[in-house]
Amino acid sequence: MFAETLAQTVPAAEVPDVRGKFGPYGGQYVPETLMPALEELIAAYEEAKNDPEFMREFTHLLRTYVGRPSPITYAGRLTEMLGGAKIYLKREDLNHTGAHKINNALGQALLAKRMGKNRVVAETGAGQHGVGTATACALLGIECVVYMGEVDIARQQPNVQRMKLLGTTVQPVSSGSKTLKDAINESIRDWVSNVQNTHYLLGSVLGPHPYPMIVRDFQSIIGIEARQQMLDEVGRLPDTIIACVGGGSNAIGMFHAFRDDEEVDLIGVEAGGRGINGGQHAARFADPNVARLGVLQGAKSYVMQDFDGQIVETHSVSAGLDYASVGPEHAWLRDQERVGYTYATDEETLEAFQTLSKYEGIIPALESSHAMVEALKQAPKMRPDQIILINLSGRGDKDLDNALRFIDL
Amino acid sequence: MTESKTTRGVDRISAAFTNAKQQQTAALMPYFTLGYPDMETSLDVVEAIAKHSDLLELGVPFSDPIADGPTIQESTQMALENGTTVTGCISMVKTLRAKGIDTPAMFMGYYNPILAYGQEAFVRDAAKAGVDGFIVPDLPPEEADELAELADKYGVALIYFLAPTSDESRIKLVAERARGFIYLVSITGITGTKEAVGGDLESLIAKIREYTDAPLAIGFGINTPDRAAEIGQIADGVIVGSALIKTVGQATVNEKAREAGKFVESLQKGLLQSKK
Repeated sequence: MFAETLAQTVPAAEVPDVRGKFGPYGGQYVPETLMPALEELIAAYEEAKNDPEFMREFTHLLRTYVGRPSPITYAGRLTEMLGGAKIYLKREDLNHTGAHKINNALGQALLAKRMGKNRVVAETGAGQHGVGTATACALLGIECVVYMGEVDIARQQPNVQRMKLLGTTVQPVSSGSKTLKDAINESIRDWVSNVQNTHYLLGSVLGPHPYPMIVRDFQSIIGIEARQQMLDEVGRLPDTIIACVGGGSNAIGMFHAFRDDEEVDLIGVEAGGRGINGGQHAARFADPNVARLGVLQGAKSYVMQDFDGQIVETHSVSAGLDYASVGPEHAWLRDQERVGYTYATDEETLEAFQTLSKYEGIIPALESSHAMVEALKQAPKMRPDQIILINLSGRGDKDLDNALRFIDL
Repeated sequence: MTESKTTRGVDRISAAFTNAKQQQTAALMPYFTLGYPDMETSLDVVEAIAKHSDLLELGVPFSDPIADGPTIQESTQMALENGTTVTGCISMVKTLRAKGIDTPAMFMGYYNPILAYGQEAFVRDAAKAGVDGFIVPDLPPEEADELAELADKYGVALIYFLAPTSDESRIKLVAERARGFIYLVSITGITGTKEAVGGDLESLIAKIREYTDAPLAIGFGINTPDRAAEIGQIADGVIVGSALIKTVGQATVNEKAREAGKFVESLQKGLLQSKK
């Protein structure tokens, strides 16, 4: 499944170009102080990508530490209940630390070591990327500081404690909306101030070039595995693949290996929050009144903003999707009509969260539950010989306290 | 109708640096956030500091200012809460010009509000109101073609940055594009945090001088008259922001403009006393 180098493993793509552009999206909108650091990162990544030793180390850790490959699971009872397409789950929730985030965290932590950086900063929303980064840094002996909004700290306590236990400094962020966006602002400010010895370990396909590309490549192992597993275990590719989209790294990671399989429908599910009317959501592609082309935190993409270009507060029951912009490659894939985007509301999400738990004994992350919502809608409309593959990007243990505020057991 | 009395745009900026040079001192360019703590007071502050300034850097608030430290963040946040908009900032400049304040003025603002306003409309309206240049901290030369072209079209300057991390290739890139002056960030960091140290900057300045004669204005971490004087020895311009915001923040409601004026006057004196 994996070739000798990462460059040979990751499916070739026409984007981004050398300037980090995905069509009109992406780019490098950062202060001058950081431009040399981005150039350094591009050079280091190019070198690592073509170095078999880097790939050996990365895949060795993925196998022996993360527990990859993650399996695909046939959701039999759910399929039967819905009476339509067969539902399969790609089980990123079974990774060490409980989500796909560890794939990228390990890859970038190895890169940081290669560049001789002994300190890493990261942002986190749901806490999954923070935990992934804290874990990778503990494993590799790198100092780690994670910025997290105060609102997210309150709703993701278990992950905060885990990061601290892993030896990471969790830095509460009290500016702005006190969520993921503000955690990214603080991470960038820290990085600008300590750029000589610090690597910014960005957790999604966001930010300035080369981050959207690097994170995609590290996460693309999800789809590479899933594609092979479908062929080996089921005998064919799925008809539809569904993944949730916050920044969009689990979705890009899943979709990337399938982008040339034109017969496979790819669907990204954004956070519909309290519904599109009223603007309390994070569905960047669904609400042209609020989300327009803009520049936020280093990249040009769809950005939720007011008339004056100020970034507006977003809302989602899931901290990991609660972000005002979306990875530039998603905007491009949407323009290409390669991926279709829809959204799931908080209410639908909490419903799907319980459905998967009861029917399959799998408690999904609230983020991944958004993808489940769309599967629950699509499956009954499809034939029993058709297949839906869902990227179950994380497990829901971290969400129990939060979800149980809305659910009567 | 031609304006014979005052020059504008790039020329007005250049004239300020030439004038400072003739007086063997560095040009003083305070930064102040428009709309902080409210629109009316900010106009009074700018009027008060203009008397002691060679150029002005006027902040156009943005919700997510990634290059700014806590002091300027809080000021822009408060300005936004008080309803400051891009349109409002442009009309504030119009008001200042109408009052006869002809100090060269830069807008310092992030890229997204400019995009939201419309790039050409923004450059055109701001230039018409009397803005002479734009400082956009999240727009490196690689992304600046469109705005730079528009700035040239309307005769105003798009200001580029250099930093302690800039190597020769970055210096060359910025030197080729420079208009008005180059904003030299004195520290590896964000505004108003670390203190600038003169000695570290000299070799960087020497390196930049190999490629361009554009005036170099140094900012970030300059917070006292002494520090301004020290930096003024090696720079063509000195930028002071967070320290001024702090001064205004600490002053009582009726004293804000006066205290701001006094602080900038002390910076001016610091610069004049240490002539090159």
